[in-house]
Amino acid sequence: MNSSLASNIIRFIVLLLVQVTICNNINLLGYINPYIYVIFILLFPVKNNRLLFLVLAFNLGLLVDMFLDSGGVHAGASVFLAFARPVFLKYAFGTLYDHQTLKFGNSEIGALIMYVSGCVILHHLILFYLEIFNISQIILLLKKALFSSIFTVSLSLLLILLFKPRK
Amino acid sequence: MQQIFNFVIRNKTFLLFLLLFGIALSLTIQSHSYHRSQFINSANSLTGGVYGTVNSVGQYFDLKEQNTILVEENKKLREELLNTVKTPQNTAIDSSLIDKRFKIVSAEVYKNSYNSPNNYLTINRGKRDSIQQDFGVITSKGIVGIIDNTSKKFSTVLSILSKKSRINAMLKTSNQSGSLKWNEASPYIVQLEDVSKFANVTIGDTIVTGGQSAIFPKGLGIGVVEKYTIDAGGDTYIIQVRLFNDMTTLQHVYIIKNNDIEELKTLEALNNE
Repeated sequence: MNSSLASNIIRFIVLLLVQVTICNNINLLGYINPYIYVIFILLFPVKNNRLLFLVLAFNLGLLVDMFLDSGGVHAGASVFLAFARPVFLKYAFGTLYDHQTLKFGNSEIGALIMYVSGCVILHHLILFYLEIFNISQIILLLKKALFSSIFTVSLSLLLILLFKPRK
Repeated sequence: MQQIFNFVIRNKTFLLFLLLFGIALSLTIQSHSYHRSQFINSANSLTGGVYGTVNSVGQYFDLKEQNTILVEENKKLREELLNTVKTPQNTAIDSSLIDKRFKIVSAEVYKNSYNSPNNYLTINRGKRDSIQQDFGVITSKGIVGIIDNTSKKFSTVLSILSKKSRINAMLKTSNQSGSLKWNEASPYIVQLEDVSKFANVTIGDTIVTGGQSAIFPKGLGIGVVEKYTIDAGGDTYIIQVRLFNDMTTLQHVYIIKNNDIEELKTLEALNNE
């Protein structure tokens, strides 16, 4: 049992509980909630098995769905983000990712903001598309995705930087 | 054969992604299109346990508000009791022999949502308390929703704030009925559609349940007419109804058990054959 495994398990459980008990009851302006459980998908170790990663992301989403009675909305968005993550890693971190030496704890802040924003916006677009499931309400969809994304990105960055491992 | 295996191994990540995304998509479609019984729902001991723990802390924050609601309800019931004319009873009736048509079970709301297209509540009563699908859920002010999934100790309630819910309702004064829907715009306003153009609608009229289904008894409060328009076809009204209930702060609810529901269902099944 190494520390990376333990910290990922703890992160999975804590983020899930915080999400369903606190973050889903914020309802800023009536409908804006942050979806901070994506931090688990964002910070999952890069070198690890991708199949396991997909399954874990799916299960995390499915558990959130179970708590929120939302069908398979979060599972779909999470698994999509997990699959598309390498694209964002490559775009934001460039050579660091290519050389497999990427550590989120000591990465550059600009690159981190870029990475988190890109991932969260993609996740939220898919999430709200699946939730609303009606292309004629595209304005509502974009509005919800935009405001929730801003909230999630700021909260996630805050949490990631706050719980950064000490050197 | 070898090539197929090679293809699967080479693209295993993509294939797994397709599989998982497909499952998620089918769950989503199922939750959007079928009227009831979601496969993944919050009526189970894991979610119920977590929400129960949170609720045992959270309920203290709005005790004052809930007390006011209870006192209001007591006041209303007392007034009703004092104003009913007592008829002298000559014959003693054994009350246990009277068949009660409706029975009420109280429940606490563990989870409530009001900002997605289909909203569900989770409450702390289940099969153990003989709660079944299709029982109505109300508060002292008005209707809340219909029981959807039940587990041993918990149930989910399909809120009236849902694209999927259709509830029979009518104008209290003229008994003109229509069906209650929600257009996702506001958690305080629902729409009453298919009301005949010949109905007399005025702003401020009370909307009550219609009693055409076995779920809610006739005459339970829903809301008041906020404004009304004639729909595109020109034959029916679309009435905006402001709910009596504040759906965003539900804490205590009542479940209506209809003892005739089995009989009604068998009759309806006979008719459909």
